[in-house]
Amino acid sequence: MNRVVGATLAVARLRQCKVSFGRHENARAFSKRARRARRDGTSPSPTTLALIWAVVAASSAIAADEPIVVASKNFTEAYILGEALAQLLENEGFEVDRKIGLGGTKICYDALVEGDVDVYVEYTGTIAEAIKDIDGEPTREKIAAALAPDSVEMLGDFGFNNTYALAVPRQVADERGLARISDLPDHPDLRMAVSHEFLERPDGWPGLQRLYGIEEVPAGIEHALAYEALADGSIDLTDAYSTDGELKRYDLEVLADDRGFFPVYLAVPLVRVDLDARAKSVLRRVAGTLDDAEMSDLNAAAVFGGRSTESIAASYLVDKGLLGTDADADVALPQDSLVGRLSRNTGRHLFLVAAAVLPATLVAVGLALAIFKLPWFSRGAVYIAGLMQTIPSIALLALLIPLVGIGWLPAVIALFLYALLPILRNAVTALTSIEPTLRRVAVAMGLKPAEELRHVFVPLAMPSIVAGVRTATVICIGTATLAAFIGAGGLGDPIVKGLALNDTRLILEGAIPAALLAVVTELVFEQVERWLVPGHLRSSNTAAATG
Amino acid sequence: MSASGDSAVAFRGVGKRFDDWVFRGVDLALPAKRTSAIVGESGCGKTTLLQLVNAVLRPDEGSVEVLGGGVPDAGLEAFRRRIGYAVQGAGLFPHLTLVENVSLLARLERWEVDVVNARVGELFQLVGLTRDLDDRYPHELSGGQQHRAGLCRALMLKPDMLLLDEPFSAIDPITRVDIYGEFETLQGHERVTTVLVTHDIREARRLADYLVVMGGGGVVQAGEVDEVVSSPASDQVKRLLESGA
Repeated sequence: MNRVVGATLAVARLRQCKVSFGRHENARAFSKRARRARRDGTSPSPTTLALIWAVVAASSAIAADEPIVVASKNFTEAYILGEALAQLLENEGFEVDRKIGLGGTKICYDALVEGDVDVYVEYTGTIAEAIKDIDGEPTREKIAAALAPDSVEMLGDFGFNNTYALAVPRQVADERGLARISDLPDHPDLRMAVSHEFLERPDGWPGLQRLYGIEEVPAGIEHALAYEALADGSIDLTDAYSTDGELKRYDLEVLADDRGFFPVYLAVPLVRVDLDARAKSVLRRVAGTLDDAEMSDLNAAAVFGGRSTESIAASYLVDKGLLGTDADADVALPQDSLVGRLSRNTGRHLFLVAAAVLPATLVAVGLALAIFKLPWFSRGAVYIAGLMQTIPSIALLALLIPLVGIGWLPAVIALFLYALLPILRNAVTALTSIEPTLRRVAVAMGLKPAEELRHVFVPLAMPSIVAGVRTATVICIGTATLAAFIGAGGLGDPIVKGLALNDTRLILEGAIPAALLAVVTELVFEQVERWLVPGHLRSSNTAAATG
Repeated sequence: MSASGDSAVAFRGVGKRFDDWVFRGVDLALPAKRTSAIVGESGCGKTTLLQLVNAVLRPDEGSVEVLGGGVPDAGLEAFRRRIGYAVQGAGLFPHLTLVENVSLLARLERWEVDVVNARVGELFQLVGLTRDLDDRYPHELSGGQQHRAGLCRALMLKPDMLLLDEPFSAIDPITRVDIYGEFETLQGHERVTTVLVTHDIREARRLADYLVVMGGGGVVQAGEVDEVVSSPASDQVKRLLESGA
């Protein structure tokens, strides 16, 4: 038991150091060390921390036997390229930890800078505009110089240019004689809808509008839905990526960027400067292996060919001879049965929920017992807990990344904060509404404060406390699906991936077990209530306050 | 009257206020081993006076002496366990069975199981409860049974004193007469100093030896029941006595 506590302490300390060192290079070594300690359960005692720091900081060689964390952004192309890099590294004998579909630009880049991720594929235009704000033509040299302070290195690009494009159905283009973006001001009646990100980014609609003198402002639309909207004729134009598989599938025409507005978006692996040198050289092999059309085909295969991104990535590596001499050998695809995935995701999900709800129960009930006799504190605590509830979960997760990185820890912290309110409010309400006569009798008969809690207050509040924990657990089972956005895994994983790939089967693979889990939770809590509360006091028989 | 040696509770110049004074200048000595009744109209401070005895409330002026000493500042729980307490509506804990309610304090005092059981049996017999009710929850008992249980709980630890705050007022009249009889049996058996707060003068005359009439922000008259009945100190006392005639 001491070993576990020791390890937890060590991780906590190391985390603190990391935060205080910020983006200093040493933070990297710390993070690595912290993860190792957490994974292995080894327990450097706090007294030897200074020594460990010295050793770790002095020798980055220790990092070599760490798994390489390969992440990707969360859309089809990113899944394929990220998976390809992961398989390429595995083929060379590296141990890989996948965080495919980790999140958007900010989440992925911050995780890379913090050292939670070792490599992911980014786009040069995104680096120049969204990450680093580079003035003028974003040359390789300028980008490399901008990334250097973050200890991030850009490797050679894949070869294609996945820039923004404006797409219209070929039929519409032919009817109106639309071919170039500069034709748009002449067609103010076009029904335009573009993705929310495109609508906001300076290298998206605002800049485009200025350069081409377009007056109309498009509606915002979820990118995955835009193609369906084009196909059924409810909109005429949307933004697309020039390598989207949908361009072929829906027979769309890309308008020429005749004034050269869109920056170049070359796909490049971004790696940590201190990544193992041999791993870097392996990753450099992908440079120049794909042109626009080939990438578009790979994307189409994922979206319409019904193939998994893993098998598409494997065929790409084999076709391009990137797997070395025995290229015709079967690629060791991660063989992952549905049952295996389900049980892994469900287990992970349960872990996230339990790791949040159990401490939240202890904290909230303890707090309620400590303050329920003080009306001001009780009300204040419930308000503050309510405030937590109003922070959108995605925002809360994003806020936690700079503090604790990505993975299960920020997810558990967020779920913990969400679980507090229903438990705390139910407990405080139940405790403060105990009949005054009973409270007076408890005092007058000479119960000590601890006996009062143990034999009177807690049992009387128990039905509401159980109901609060039950509500909190069900809320957390739902909210935990969002944790997949920050690489925490769980049943949100297939949902996030399914959303990105527009794959209903994958979405259901996460959603159905999550719903079943909620039902099972209800049944389990009915049993728990049966153990803890005498029949006539159970919430099923009385109107219990729920969150 | 003086706070003589055989008094169990002595008030000396006691005043208590919440926003306004409830009463001031109360001098009173309640006899040991006997039953005193505090009567008066509602709002005259009967219950407040009672709660000064087991230190649920503290006086704002004057002093209260209980069981031959001042009210302690520390160890209040041990002090209160020497004083049984029963309240209107019985105040049984709804999550505990009848026997759990009655034996709670004895179990907390770590009495042997056999001793607890014997004491419960003794009390039940005195108040006319049967052991087949042991495992019923309060809501499964009649009002009369609940009040008998409340008395048993108050007497479980063989206290030196018993405080009763309108314990019989919520019971139907027929059951009440039964309980009066059982209470008298109890009193004969346990010989414990009892302070009874009631608004019912008939109840006071039936059960008490000593009568305290409150009103007008203090004690109007206090004395042996016969003494008060034969020579009421004021018209108010007279009216009160007649209301129960």
